[in-house]
Amino acid sequence: MKKTHFSEWGIESPRYWGILAVLGAIIAIAGVAVFYMEHSGHWVTGMTNQVVWGLPHVFAIFLIVAASGALNVASIGTAFDKKVYQPLGRLSALLAIALLAGGLAVLVLDLGQPGRLLIAMTHYNFKSIFAWNIYLYTGFFAIVAAYIWFMMDHRMKAWYKPTGIFAFVWRLLLTTGTGSIFGFLVARQGYDAAILAPMFVIMSFAYGLAAYLLVLMFVFKVDGREIGGVLLRRMKNLLGVFVAAVLYFTLVYHLANLYGTENHAYEAFILRDGGIYTLLFWGGWVLVGCLIPLGIIYHPGMGATRGGIIAASTLVILGGLATVYVIVIGGQVFPMAMFPGKTIVASGFFDGVNGQPMLYSPSLPEILLGVGGVAVVLLLTFIGIRMLRFLPTTLSDEVADPHYSKS
Amino acid sequence: MSKVKHQGRREFLKTSAAAAAVTVAPGVMLHTLSAEAAPRTEAVTDKVRWGMLIDANKCADGCNDCVSACDKENGLDLVDMPEGADQGLWERQRPRWIRQVKLKDNLSGKITNLPMMCQHCEMPPCVDVCPTGASFRRADGIVMVDRHTCIGCRYCMMACPYKARSFIHAEVAEKLTHAPRGKGCVESCNLCVHRLDNGDTTTACQDACKHQAIVFGDLSDPESAVSQALKNYPSVQIRADLKLNTGVRYSNI
Repeated sequence: MKKTHFSEWGIESPRYWGILAVLGAIIAIAGVAVFYMEHSGHWVTGMTNQVVWGLPHVFAIFLIVAASGALNVASIGTAFDKKVYQPLGRLSALLAIALLAGGLAVLVLDLGQPGRLLIAMTHYNFKSIFAWNIYLYTGFFAIVAAYIWFMMDHRMKAWYKPTGIFAFVWRLLLTTGTGSIFGFLVARQGYDAAILAPMFVIMSFAYGLAAYLLVLMFVFKVDGREIGGVLLRRMKNLLGVFVAAVLYFTLVYHLANLYGTENHAYEAFILRDGGIYTLLFWGGWVLVGCLIPLGIIYHPGMGATRGGIIAASTLVILGGLATVYVIVIGGQVFPMAMFPGKTIVASGFFDGVNGQPMLYSPSLPEILLGVGGVAVVLLLTFIGIRMLRFLPTTLSDEVADPHYSKS
Repeated sequence: MSKVKHQGRREFLKTSAAAAAVTVAPGVMLHTLSAEAAPRTEAVTDKVRWGMLIDANKCADGCNDCVSACDKENGLDLVDMPEGADQGLWERQRPRWIRQVKLKDNLSGKITNLPMMCQHCEMPPCVDVCPTGASFRRADGIVMVDRHTCIGCRYCMMACPYKARSFIHAEVAEKLTHAPRGKGCVESCNLCVHRLDNGDTTTACQDACKHQAIVFGDLSDPESAVSQALKNYPSVQIRADLKLNTGVRYSNI
């Protein structure tokens, strides 16, 4: 294994600026959508007093969950001493920061009072997991920034490993905190389950790695850098394990729910009668997000190709968005069980009359805000790799594989 | 050439005194008035716990009087549908503090009517989850929102087991001084707190209910009408399984 050298993203200027311009335009359009929503009020969105968190939350939560997962690649190198992953660490940490920034931007811009962010920073209720998350998120930025510094600066080498381990523990706490936003909600049938916290952790492993793989392969490809088969194969297999784990948690979550009669109505809604939510569960969460990627990854032919890995990662991300949609929106549209043993036959406030679910359809500004968050992630990442030495000059087997031998 | 009038010292003093009186008097008056209103500046205590008992048997099918009274009392009827909004969507976005719910028992088919609103829990989930502490419970049991620190995250709405809260989805042009509201904040029933703080002892919904289905009062006072009613008739909490010790109780559901 040779010493790894790092260099800035070296694509030609017009191409670099072109990419930035496109992303900038998407962000500008999202900015207009935010201004429109905040200026008019949330009545211009599809959100209501029944479905209070809409599509922006789906994007925000997905990006925040993926952020902590993207850091895993660095953690495997540092906390678990896998040398082959160490050259990948810098980009992993940068992408983690960018994903968190994009997710938080979407979350904050969907607040009813985004101008009161300062209040959120100065008034805390420590019984709220949201308040804890403010610390977990800002702490993540600081810790991962220091982690990047210690990765890049050899004088700080002594700090590299402790910081890496600390960042790994912090990211586990962070995703536990994000999962607990739902896990701690006793009011709603679809939430109020402790398993949601570890499930979010495992979801983050899968989504973060899928996002990392796509970004890595794209930035290397356009810059003419080489990624060897050994690394790709390792990461692909790891993605397979993570996706299988998501499937396992999904199974346990629903089986546990199915055991208790009180949750049968909710399970029937998600698994069988929920229309778009049932479709997104089986078609998006299970098929696109888990089964097809697993089929591709472990297929002897397709799994070995770059196209196969790109397809699997893309599907994991699309399936992941469907998963978060089913959890966030599906959990809200299902009527709350306020009167067990009774059916609400009329209500002045849409309480799920005759067990009917609440209505929600995302509006265009909400979609634009969510997509804008993704553009922020890519913009920050591309600027970062252009400015500083985040990318190894090559990840060919000769350089990356510790067991490489010329045959 | 105009005549210059020479003022004497006495006249000058007279004029000055009058001017000073006109300037200072309103301040003195205001000061006196606010001094009289001193009790409102004292913090509420837990000697009182406001609550109510609702008798579903007395709640009449098709009656909406409590809802209309609440809308009027708290200025909810002043919240207009924004121009260009979709009527169906707006109905699901407009705020409501109290609502009529009609239930059918799955086994017997018995029909029950009741009003639902914030249940003023002793352990309110909305207060637990609020990141800034804007959602709070007063010492006298009233759960409400501090509109100055609410950031509009809607986590309290996710957490409330009674779906009692509303988010203000649009600009509100006209509002009552005792019920200010702004776009982007969450709110819910506050047991007509402005009345209680001014010494009144009833809520608008209770006053409006001609069937006497709502008994409101101090749960800490064993002699109050609501305590007596709770003592003499069986009652339940909605979602008693959550052990939130609600301030609003129901009988005959």
